[in-house]
Amino acid sequence: MKISVIITLKKDVLDPQGKVIQQTLDGMGFDNINEVRQGKYFEINMNEKDKKIAEKKIEDMCKKLLANLVIENYRIIDVQ
Amino acid sequence: MKSSVITFPGSNCDRDMDVALKKFGFKNKMVWHNDSEIPKSDLVVLPGGFSYGDYLRCGSMASKSKIMKSVINFANSGGMLMGICNGFQILVETGLVPGVLLRNKYLEFICKNVFVKINNKKNTYFKNINNKVFELHIAHNEGNYFCTKDQLKEIENNEQIAIKYCDKNGKIEEEFNPNGSIKNIAGIFNKEKNVLGMMPHPERMIDSSLSGEDGSLFFNNLINNLK
Repeated sequence: MKISVIITLKKDVLDPQGKVIQQTLDGMGFDNINEVRQGKYFEINMNEKDKKIAEKKIEDMCKKLLANLVIENYRIIDVQ
Repeated sequence: MKSSVITFPGSNCDRDMDVALKKFGFKNKMVWHNDSEIPKSDLVVLPGGFSYGDYLRCGSMASKSKIMKSVINFANSGGMLMGICNGFQILVETGLVPGVLLRNKYLEFICKNVFVKINNKKNTYFKNINNKVFELHIAHNEGNYFCTKDQLKEIENNEQIAIKYCDKNGKIEEEFNPNGSIKNIAGIFNKEKNVLGMMPHPERMIDSSLSGEDGSLFFNNLINNLK
Protein backbone atom coordinates (compact mmCIF):
# COMPACT_ATOMS: atom_id res chain seq x y z
CA MET A 1 0.00 0.00 0.00
CA LYS A 2 1.36 3.42 -0.95
CA ILE A 3 0.44 6.37 1.20
CA SER A 4 1.15 10.00 0.41
CA VAL A 5 1.49 12.56 3.16
CA ILE A 6 2.10 16.28 3.03
CA ILE A 7 3.51 18.34 5.85
CA THR A 8 2.81 22.05 5.88
CA LEU A 9 3.83 24.88 8.17
CA LYS A 10 1.10 26.17 10.47
CA LYS A 11 -0.50 29.47 9.58
CA ASP A 12 1.32 31.67 12.10
CA VAL A 13 4.80 30.28 11.47
CA LEU A 14 7.14 32.45 9.44
CA ASP A 15 8.25 30.78 6.19
CA PRO A 16 11.25 32.76 4.90
CA GLN A 17 11.90 30.26 2.08
CA GLY A 18 8.33 30.59 0.85
CA LYS A 19 8.70 34.34 0.94
CA VAL A 20 11.89 34.30 -1.15
CA ILE A 21 10.25 31.94 -3.68
CA GLN A 22 7.31 34.33 -3.92
CA GLN A 23 9.63 37.30 -4.49
CA THR A 24 11.55 35.38 -7.17
CA LEU A 25 8.34 34.34 -8.94
CA ASP A 26 7.24 37.94 -8.76
CA GLY A 27 10.55 39.05 -10.30
CA MET A 28 10.03 36.52 -13.12
CA GLY A 29 6.79 38.18 -14.01
CA PHE A 30 4.35 35.88 -12.23
CA ASP A 31 2.35 38.58 -10.58
CA ASN A 32 -0.83 38.44 -8.51
CA ILE A 33 0.71 35.97 -6.03
CA ASN A 34 -0.56 36.61 -2.52
CA GLU A 35 1.61 34.11 -0.68
CA VAL A 36 3.82 31.02 -1.19
CA ARG A 37 4.22 28.47 1.60
CA GLN A 38 6.73 25.64 1.26
CA GLY A 39 6.07 22.15 2.63
CA LYS A 40 7.23 18.53 2.48
CA TYR A 41 5.84 15.51 0.66
CA PHE A 42 6.37 11.84 1.56
CA GLU A 43 5.46 8.63 -0.28
CA ILE A 44 5.49 5.69 2.08
CA ASN A 45 5.26 2.19 0.73
CA MET A 46 4.26 -0.34 3.37
CA ASN A 47 3.29 -3.99 3.69
CA GLU A 48 -0.17 -3.45 5.06
CA LYS A 49 -3.39 -4.44 3.36
CA ASP A 50 -5.86 -2.86 5.78
CA LYS A 51 -6.34 0.78 4.84
CA LYS A 52 -7.44 1.84 8.31
CA ILE A 53 -4.48 0.24 10.07
CA ALA A 54 -2.10 1.74 7.50
CA GLU A 55 -3.52 5.21 8.02
CA LYS A 56 -3.27 4.86 11.76
CA LYS A 57 0.37 3.82 11.51
CA ILE A 58 1.14 6.76 9.22
CA GLU A 59 -0.52 9.15 11.66
CA ASP A 60 1.66 7.77 14.41
CA MET A 61 4.76 8.25 12.24
CA CYS A 62 3.73 11.85 11.53
CA LYS A 63 3.22 12.62 15.20
CA LYS A 64 6.46 10.98 16.34
CA LEU A 65 8.91 11.85 13.57
CA LEU A 66 7.76 13.21 10.22
CA ALA A 67 6.16 16.40 11.53
CA ASN A 68 6.96 18.67 14.45
CA LEU A 69 3.50 19.53 15.70
CA VAL A 70 4.65 22.80 17.29
CA ILE A 71 5.05 24.30 13.82
CA GLU A 72 3.69 21.80 11.30
CA ASN A 73 0.46 20.06 10.29
CA TYR A 74 0.27 16.77 8.42
CA ARG A 75 -2.34 15.49 6.01
CA ILE A 76 -2.72 12.08 4.34
CA ILE A 77 -3.62 12.99 0.79
CA ASP A 78 -3.69 9.63 -0.96
CA VAL A 79 -3.87 5.90 -0.17
CA GLN A 80 -3.37 3.38 -2.96
CA MET B 1 33.37 15.55 38.20
CA LYS B 2 32.47 13.19 35.40
CA SER B 3 31.04 14.24 32.07
CA SER B 4 29.93 12.51 28.87
CA VAL B 5 29.77 13.93 25.36
CA ILE B 6 27.53 12.09 22.89
CA THR B 7 28.85 11.73 19.36
CA PHE B 8 26.27 11.34 16.60
CA PRO B 9 27.13 10.72 12.94
CA GLY B 10 27.77 14.28 11.75
CA SER B 11 28.63 15.81 15.13
CA ASN B 12 31.66 18.08 14.69
CA CYS B 13 32.00 20.03 17.95
CA ASP B 14 32.24 16.91 20.10
CA ARG B 15 36.05 16.96 20.35
CA ASP B 16 36.14 20.72 21.03
CA MET B 17 33.73 20.10 23.88
CA ASP B 18 35.95 17.24 25.12
CA VAL B 19 38.98 19.59 25.14
CA ALA B 20 37.02 22.29 26.97
CA LEU B 21 35.57 19.98 29.63
CA LYS B 22 38.98 18.41 30.34
CA LYS B 23 40.67 21.82 30.53
CA PHE B 24 38.38 22.82 33.39
CA GLY B 25 38.72 19.59 35.34
CA PHE B 26 36.02 17.22 34.09
CA LYS B 27 36.86 13.57 33.53
CA ASN B 28 35.17 13.30 30.18
CA LYS B 29 34.10 10.25 28.19
CA MET B 30 32.99 10.20 24.57
CA VAL B 31 29.84 8.14 24.05
CA TRP B 32 28.74 6.76 20.66
CA HIS B 33 25.13 7.31 19.60
CA ASN B 34 24.55 3.60 19.09
CA ASP B 35 25.47 2.70 22.68
CA SER B 36 22.55 1.98 24.95
CA GLU B 37 23.78 3.39 28.28
CA ILE B 38 25.58 6.58 29.24
CA PRO B 39 28.33 6.09 31.84
CA LYS B 40 27.81 7.56 35.32
CA SER B 41 27.99 11.32 34.76
CA ASP B 42 27.52 14.63 36.55
CA LEU B 43 27.02 16.35 33.20
CA VAL B 44 25.97 15.08 29.77
CA VAL B 45 26.54 17.21 26.67
CA LEU B 46 24.91 16.98 23.24
CA PRO B 47 27.47 18.75 21.03
CA GLY B 48 27.13 20.92 17.95
CA GLY B 49 27.41 19.75 14.37
CA PHE B 50 25.14 18.38 11.69
CA SER B 51 23.86 15.10 13.12
CA TYR B 52 22.43 12.84 10.40
CA GLY B 53 23.17 15.56 7.85
CA ASP B 54 20.33 17.70 9.24
CA TYR B 55 17.91 15.40 7.36
CA LEU B 56 14.16 15.96 7.78
CA ARG B 57 14.56 18.62 10.50
CA CYS B 58 17.79 19.47 12.35
CA GLY B 59 18.18 17.14 15.30
CA SER B 60 15.08 15.06 14.53
CA MET B 61 16.92 11.82 13.68
CA ALA B 62 19.44 12.15 16.51
CA SER B 63 16.62 12.67 19.01
CA LYS B 64 15.42 9.14 18.20
CA SER B 65 18.82 7.41 18.27
CA LYS B 66 19.58 4.51 20.62
CA ILE B 67 21.57 6.42 23.27
CA MET B 68 18.85 9.05 23.66
CA LYS B 69 16.59 6.80 25.76
CA SER B 70 19.28 6.70 28.42
CA VAL B 71 19.98 10.46 28.02
CA ILE B 72 16.27 11.29 28.39
CA ASN B 73 15.98 9.10 31.50
CA PHE B 74 19.05 10.81 32.93
CA ALA B 75 17.49 14.27 32.38
CA ASN B 76 14.09 13.21 33.68
CA SER B 77 15.68 12.04 36.91
CA GLY B 78 17.33 15.45 37.42
CA GLY B 79 20.69 14.91 35.64
CA MET B 80 22.46 17.95 34.18
CA LEU B 81 22.06 17.85 30.40
CA MET B 82 23.35 20.57 28.10
CA GLY B 83 22.77 20.86 24.34
CA ILE B 84 24.88 23.28 22.31
CA CYS B 85 23.81 24.40 18.81
CA ASN B 86 22.82 21.13 17.06
CA GLY B 87 22.58 19.72 20.60
CA PHE B 88 19.94 22.38 21.33
CA GLN B 89 18.10 21.36 18.14
CA ILE B 90 18.20 17.73 19.35
CA LEU B 91 16.83 18.80 22.75
CA VAL B 92 13.82 20.57 21.26
CA GLU B 93 13.11 17.51 19.10
CA THR B 94 13.08 15.28 22.19
CA GLY B 95 10.60 17.65 23.83
CA LEU B 96 12.85 18.04 26.91
CA VAL B 97 12.79 21.81 26.29
CA PRO B 98 9.84 23.58 24.66
CA GLY B 99 9.71 25.21 21.22
CA VAL B 100 11.55 24.65 17.93
CA LEU B 101 14.49 26.13 16.03
CA LEU B 102 13.51 27.40 12.60
CA ARG B 103 15.65 28.51 9.69
CA ASN B 104 17.34 31.87 10.36
CA LYS B 105 15.09 34.77 9.46
CA TYR B 106 17.34 36.13 6.68
CA LEU B 107 18.17 32.65 5.30
CA GLU B 108 21.89 33.04 5.99
CA PHE B 109 24.26 30.68 7.74
CA ILE B 110 25.53 32.94 10.54
CA CYS B 111 29.07 32.50 11.84
CA LYS B 112 30.22 35.29 14.15
CA ASN B 113 30.74 36.41 17.73
CA VAL B 114 27.67 37.67 19.57
CA PHE B 115 26.90 39.00 23.02
CA VAL B 116 24.39 37.25 25.23
CA LYS B 117 22.91 38.30 28.55
CA ILE B 118 22.12 35.83 31.29
CA ASN B 119 18.42 36.03 32.04
CA ASN B 120 18.22 33.68 35.01
CA LYS B 121 21.02 32.96 37.49
CA LYS B 122 18.97 30.84 39.88
CA ASN B 123 20.26 27.53 38.52
CA THR B 124 23.32 25.30 38.56
CA TYR B 125 24.53 26.58 35.18
CA PHE B 126 24.81 30.27 35.99
CA LYS B 127 24.63 30.83 39.74
CA ASN B 128 27.65 32.64 41.26
CA ILE B 129 28.77 33.89 37.88
CA ASN B 130 29.90 37.53 38.03
CA ASN B 131 29.44 38.62 34.43
CA LYS B 132 26.00 39.42 33.13
CA VAL B 133 27.07 39.67 29.50
CA PHE B 134 29.16 37.12 27.62
CA GLU B 135 30.81 37.22 24.24
CA LEU B 136 30.34 33.82 22.60
CA HIS B 137 30.47 32.38 19.11
CA ILE B 138 27.51 31.26 17.02
CA ALA B 139 27.56 29.21 13.81
CA HIS B 140 24.19 28.01 12.61
CA ASN B 141 21.57 28.00 9.89
CA GLU B 142 18.60 27.02 12.06
CA GLY B 143 18.77 29.01 15.30
CA ASN B 144 15.59 31.03 15.01
CA TYR B 145 13.84 30.09 18.25
CA PHE B 146 10.07 29.82 17.95
CA CYS B 147 7.30 28.67 20.24
CA THR B 148 3.55 29.16 20.50
CA LYS B 149 2.12 32.11 22.44
CA ASP B 150 0.98 29.78 25.21
CA GLN B 151 4.43 28.19 25.43
CA LEU B 152 6.07 31.62 25.55
CA LYS B 153 3.84 32.66 28.42
CA GLU B 154 4.69 29.46 30.23
CA ILE B 155 8.47 29.72 29.76
CA GLU B 156 8.41 33.37 30.86
CA ASN B 157 6.35 32.54 33.95
CA ASN B 158 8.66 29.65 34.84
CA GLU B 159 11.79 31.76 34.19
CA GLN B 160 12.97 29.25 31.59
CA ILE B 161 14.70 31.77 29.34
CA ALA B 162 18.41 31.25 30.03
CA ILE B 163 20.18 33.75 27.75
CA LYS B 164 19.20 36.45 25.25
CA TYR B 165 21.08 38.11 22.39
CA CYS B 166 22.15 41.65 23.30
CA ASP B 167 24.86 44.23 22.63
CA LYS B 168 28.12 44.46 24.58
CA ASN B 169 26.43 46.51 27.29
CA GLY B 170 23.63 44.01 27.74
CA LYS B 171 21.00 45.99 25.86
CA ILE B 172 18.40 43.64 24.40
CA GLU B 173 17.03 45.02 21.13
CA GLU B 174 15.81 43.52 17.85
CA GLU B 175 18.90 44.92 16.06
CA PHE B 176 21.13 42.62 18.16
CA ASN B 177 19.03 39.57 17.28
CA PRO B 178 21.06 37.67 14.66
CA ASN B 179 18.50 35.09 13.55
CA GLY B 180 14.96 36.28 14.27
CA SER B 181 14.44 34.36 17.54
CA ILE B 182 11.37 35.29 19.56
CA LYS B 183 12.32 37.74 22.34
CA ASN B 184 16.02 37.45 21.34
CA ILE B 185 16.12 34.01 22.95
CA ALA B 186 19.53 32.31 22.57
CA GLY B 187 19.03 29.56 25.16
CA ILE B 188 16.34 28.04 27.36
CA PHE B 189 15.96 25.66 30.28
CA ASN B 190 13.43 22.96 31.00
CA LYS B 191 11.05 23.70 33.87
CA GLU B 192 13.40 22.18 36.47
CA LYS B 193 16.49 24.03 35.08
CA ASN B 194 18.64 20.89 34.87
CA VAL B 195 18.40 20.84 31.05
CA LEU B 196 19.91 23.76 29.11
CA GLY B 197 19.82 24.24 25.36
CA MET B 198 21.65 27.14 23.71
CA MET B 199 22.84 28.15 20.25
CA PRO B 200 26.15 29.86 21.25
CA HIS B 201 29.29 27.74 21.67
CA PRO B 202 31.07 28.30 25.02
CA GLU B 203 33.63 25.63 24.05
CA ARG B 204 34.94 27.94 21.32
CA MET B 205 35.84 30.66 23.83
CA ILE B 206 38.31 28.99 26.15
CA ASP B 207 41.62 30.34 24.92
CA SER B 208 42.52 34.04 24.84
CA SER B 209 45.14 33.53 22.14
CA LEU B 210 42.64 31.84 19.82
CA SER B 211 39.33 33.54 20.55
CA GLY B 212 38.31 34.72 23.99
CA GLU B 213 37.88 33.65 27.59
CA ASP B 214 34.16 34.07 28.23
CA GLY B 215 33.59 30.35 27.70
CA SER B 216 36.24 29.68 30.37
CA LEU B 217 34.20 31.70 32.86
CA PHE B 218 31.18 29.55 32.07
CA PHE B 219 32.95 26.17 32.43
CA ASN B 220 34.90 27.20 35.55
CA ASN B 221 31.71 28.35 37.21
CA LEU B 222 29.81 25.23 36.11
CA ILE B 223 32.31 22.75 37.56
CA ASN B 224 32.45 24.71 40.83
CA ASN B 225 28.65 24.69 41.04
CA LEU B 226 28.58 20.93 40.46
CA LYS B 227 31.15 20.14 43.19
